[in-house]
Amino acid sequence: MATHDTTEATDSTTGPSKEVVTWKTKLRYFLNSDFVRSSPYWGIPFVLMGIAVYGGIGYNLAISFTDYAGIGRPEFSNLSLEMYRTALADGSFRQAAFQNFVLLVGFTSVSLALGLFLAVLLDYGIRYKETIQTIYLLPMALSFVVTAQVWLWMYSPGNGVLNVFVTALGFGSIDWLGNPRIALAAVIFALVWQFSGYAMVVFLAGLQSLPSDQFEAAKVDGASTAKTYIRIIIPQLKQASVGAAVVLMLFALKAFDFLYAITGDYRPPNGTDILATLMVREAFQYGQWAYGAAIATMLLLLSLSVIAPYLVYQYRQGAL
Amino acid sequence: MSQSTPDTNIDVASVVEDVNLRRIGHYTLIIFFLGFFLLPLVTGIMTALKTNEAIARTVPFMPPLGGGFTLANLEYAFSQLSHAFINSLLMAIPATIINVLLASMAAFGLTMVKWRGQLVILILFLIGIFVPYQAVLVPLARFWNNTFPLADMLSPLFAGIPLLQSYHADLVPLIITHVAYGIPICMILFRSYYQSLPNSLVEAAKIDGASITKIYRRIILPISKPMFGVVFIYQFTQIYNEFLFSFTLVSSASSPEAPVTLIIPAIGTSTSGIDFGIRMSAAFLAALPTIILYVAFAEQFAKGLETESG
Repeated sequence: MATHDTTEATDSTTGPSKEVVTWKTKLRYFLNSDFVRSSPYWGIPFVLMGIAVYGGIGYNLAISFTDYAGIGRPEFSNLSLEMYRTALADGSFRQAAFQNFVLLVGFTSVSLALGLFLAVLLDYGIRYKETIQTIYLLPMALSFVVTAQVWLWMYSPGNGVLNVFVTALGFGSIDWLGNPRIALAAVIFALVWQFSGYAMVVFLAGLQSLPSDQFEAAKVDGASTAKTYIRIIIPQLKQASVGAAVVLMLFALKAFDFLYAITGDYRPPNGTDILATLMVREAFQYGQWAYGAAIATMLLLLSLSVIAPYLVYQYRQGAL
Repeated sequence: MSQSTPDTNIDVASVVEDVNLRRIGHYTLIIFFLGFFLLPLVTGIMTALKTNEAIARTVPFMPPLGGGFTLANLEYAFSQLSHAFINSLLMAIPATIINVLLASMAAFGLTMVKWRGQLVILILFLIGIFVPYQAVLVPLARFWNNTFPLADMLSPLFAGIPLLQSYHADLVPLIITHVAYGIPICMILFRSYYQSLPNSLVEAAKIDGASITKIYRRIILPISKPMFGVVFIYQFTQIYNEFLFSFTLVSSASSPEAPVTLIIPAIGTSTSGIDFGIRMSAAFLAALPTIILYVAFAEQFAKGLETESG
């Protein structure tokens, strides 16, 4: 306020007419500025996205503080953290959180490792590279729902392909998805099948952006191919690995579709329940809206804890 | 292991042999992984073409031989899914078009034009990519069912449109939802492309006195045609394959407006278990549009994925 007064005072010394002009020119400059001129372009999508994403998150957070359940409307007069306390004390929540963590880490690391291996395999001068890459990436074109059906059949305890192999080797047939101790590993394996091609494409792009003379120089020095990759090439793929890891983790957080489609029910196979399935079950099957919203908020926090360091990293790299 | 072998021991002959052996090993691995990625798909297709008796009797990935071949499962699955295909396309095509246009505009406004505070808006878009949809599901269901029942408002209107049914109105909230949540990722795809364009392009036009609208329409739109292809294919696949929004906003798999993905997990189930002949036929038919799109535009698809990771 005080600073505003002083500027007005200094302006008035130069005459009132000039002050009007500067104000008008300023406005005209502002209206002609790139900010205003470009605002309809980013503004319309931004508002739509903002309402959907941030409005949704805010409303969800508000509901999570209530005790909204069943039919009717949420009651916002008595807010508390009760739903969060209930969740953290609940055994099935803890188990889902743990299994979510295993899925996240297991799926991401295996997909990254396999993707890197496949990228190196294809990077090293082979014929029909494009065709092979297309086939390796083919499962990515499928939906979670279709993948779930295909693997449900692969894992079928009766006549599934995996049991055909297992029994041919002389072992007894295994109920892959029915056994709670291996069901999560089976789910991770199916998801790796679907998404390791993605990691491969990212790594392949990273490999191809590296100058080839490093490879030549290492060869001249007598280093083996394997050594060259491990010592020289792979360390340079840090940026690609971080990007691929983040996207893979987000696929893992969205594994709800896959788990739902395996059983066609709110309850996934025993031992594979994750936060996303628990949340949808509590909210949409049992009508525990507030409890579901609280679980969703914690899932969001988990997701943000993955993405925040990534965004900071990207910003530091000047990639934003 | 290889570290302990002194390099001096290698003579020319062994190097040649080594290279050939290595090449064989290399191609063996490549073929092994071809099998790894194709086997589940081949198994699914073969099962879709078999009679129930052949499914029970033969190895799942072997082709149907003799009397084991049938198209009955595919025909049944198609009869169950045909209206759902129309629903899925009616949802995915308009949603993708609007999505791609809005995303291109947003990326243009945030990349080709420079102004202060851009970064904040950009970060808000970026975070939007990474929000798990569960975090907005309860509000979304409440909004479209209670706060703003757009489908109910539109359904009398849709009943009057030729070729459309009143229940198609239920797809409108789904389209809007897909557009809103699809903007961030498509925006980033366009942005990475626009950033690779030379700055002089826009600067030169500005010096010539072209307005921002003119720059977008005359320069950026024509130049980003290939990127429109990439983003369109990427986003169409995403929306067509999506399950959670349909699951939340469509009342059940037996609703007339249910898209394909919603019906698949419920199809071919009986008291005696899952009929895999029907289930695999349905899964194959459901995947067919995206597989065709993918095989035809493999390069664009891969490009979309590459840029996704930043």
